[in-house]
Amino acid sequence: MSGAAPALDPGSAVSPSVAALRSRFPGAIRRHQVSCGDTMVYVAPERAHQILTWLRDDPGQRFDYLTDITAVEYRDRERALEVVWQLRSLARKADLRLKVELDRGSRLEVDSVYDLWKGADWLERETFDMFGIRFRGHPDLRRILMWETYAEGFPLRKDFPLRGHFSRAEQTRQALAANPEAHYSLEELSIAAAYEELPADMKERLARGERGAVS
Amino acid sequence: MSTRTLEVELGTPGLDPAGRPITVPLGVPAYQPPQDDMGSEHMLINIGPQHPATHGVLRLVIELDGETVIRVVPHIGYLHSGFEKLGEYRHYNQIVPLTDRTDYLSPMANNVCLALAAEKLMGIEITERCQVLRVIACEISRIISHLVWLGTTGIDLGAFTPFLWCFYQRERLYNLQEAWTGARLTTSLTRIGGLMADVPEGFDVGLREFCRTFPKTLDEVDAMFTRNAIWCGRTQGVGVIGGPEAINYSLSGPMLRASGVDYDVRKDRPYLGYQDYSFDVPVGEHGDVYDRYRVRLEEMYQSTRILEQALDRLDRLAGAPINVADPRLILPSKSRAMSDMEAMIFHFKQVMEGVKAPVGEAYLGIENPKGELGYYFVSDGTAKPVRWRIRPPSFLNLACLPRLCEGVLLSDVIAINASIDIVMGEIDR
Repeated sequence: MSGAAPALDPGSAVSPSVAALRSRFPGAIRRHQVSCGDTMVYVAPERAHQILTWLRDDPGQRFDYLTDITAVEYRDRERALEVVWQLRSLARKADLRLKVELDRGSRLEVDSVYDLWKGADWLERETFDMFGIRFRGHPDLRRILMWETYAEGFPLRKDFPLRGHFSRAEQTRQALAANPEAHYSLEELSIAAAYEELPADMKERLARGERGAVS
Repeated sequence: MSTRTLEVELGTPGLDPAGRPITVPLGVPAYQPPQDDMGSEHMLINIGPQHPATHGVLRLVIELDGETVIRVVPHIGYLHSGFEKLGEYRHYNQIVPLTDRTDYLSPMANNVCLALAAEKLMGIEITERCQVLRVIACEISRIISHLVWLGTTGIDLGAFTPFLWCFYQRERLYNLQEAWTGARLTTSLTRIGGLMADVPEGFDVGLREFCRTFPKTLDEVDAMFTRNAIWCGRTQGVGVIGGPEAINYSLSGPMLRASGVDYDVRKDRPYLGYQDYSFDVPVGEHGDVYDRYRVRLEEMYQSTRILEQALDRLDRLAGAPINVADPRLILPSKSRAMSDMEAMIFHFKQVMEGVKAPVGEAYLGIENPKGELGYYFVSDGTAKPVRWRIRPPSFLNLACLPRLCEGVLLSDVIAINASIDIVMGEIDR
């Protein structure tokens, strides 16, 4: 604020990982920035998983701790959505923020990093729930904070009004009309003993593999 | 991981033929996968969302084989309030009250984290007295939160008395907190660049008295639990997770340290001058419920140490300012705003327009009682953030619950869930 340097200063204190990334993945690193001392690297969406794998496993990087996954949508409607991975190396005490930009015209999808970090499970589910960004390869990409039958869209998107898309009357009507089956996920209903008591159409849906396999 | 044998004195001091107190060795059984049974049906049971042992509105759907847990599916979101969305419509200072309501067991620490993240974004250096007061706020919150955890976990596992001791001590801290902030829960203590208020007169005396007497309660809890056969039997070897796996699951705070990973944000990336305080970071070995209890218990002793040091510093900084000297950031006093034209303009602009942050983004994590709380701001140069992300520690810790509950008994699910120390306001946000 008062007399402070502008927050974006590309010159100062760039994480050494950036140079390593540029030499290891030429072409996949789109740009990097330093903001408030944090380094962020923009990479090509289709290479993100590969780059994250390398960052985790390379002995010079060892970003073994996934601090956070989230997404950012700007108020500027022209700007792409961003998916953000906050990485940390516990041993080296270093941080790195990796970002990909997803064009609005394209399918909002990136590869899941659940195979690298188990902690990504709920973080990716939440990002999907709030922004509608899909994570390819996530084993159980369901809504997490909103209920499974929630139909109003993705709350943290900028085109989502603060009060929701539906009127209060419509929200109440839907809540009262909710099917009891909505209280259990299909995965849970597929559990053996409960399965026998299900109505025929649900058994059929489960057998079709509609979210959650029948064991 | 090594197995652990602990000599535990039985509750009734019986004597063996040689006249020594009877002790029993308590071994930790190795994990045994559930046996393949013949033809029995699995059962689906539902715990919560309204259940005292789920510590809030958490719902667990559990697949059981007899009493053995096959699978746990947690359902969250019952307390979802859309804080992150609300934050995008508010000035930075107006977000402070929202943080009270996320982790409502440590509101002051949340306030501090928010102010630090916004100050990082705006490049503000806070005053030394403000730093010390914020350290006090963080450590009071840590003790309050751990006391609630200790008391309720004791109840979950069948011990009622320590709950009363813990809540008595917590009440003493709440009284101090109330004297300082005017609220027991919705503290809204910090402002960007400073604090809402300095501590009132007599606060330091009260806190010193607390620091002097509080460890006695901890000693009593220690005597009650640490070598108690029932407590050890219910907690040792239950919900085990090793260090590398804990890191892979992005656990933080006492959950991570109980698994033997020596990582504390206060030590590894110090903020608020924590590097100048002398305190130890307790680290567990086995990563079970028992070690989480030991870690949290020891953290309360250490927090008391930090508080004492902070009080000494506070004495030295008596009369020093708590807010930065920037009229664009800090509201003028009421009398000045009413009598001085310039002060009134600054007051008006701050209230109506808010404090503008430069274009950029900042992530800042602090060591909250539950783990690493991080706030991530993205700014487009206006007075309201484009994105305010909360990195919720108990959300990530709870995500590990299905893994911790594989193959345990149903009663252990309660112990494991308690040991995670969740607070649903923060998980659902």
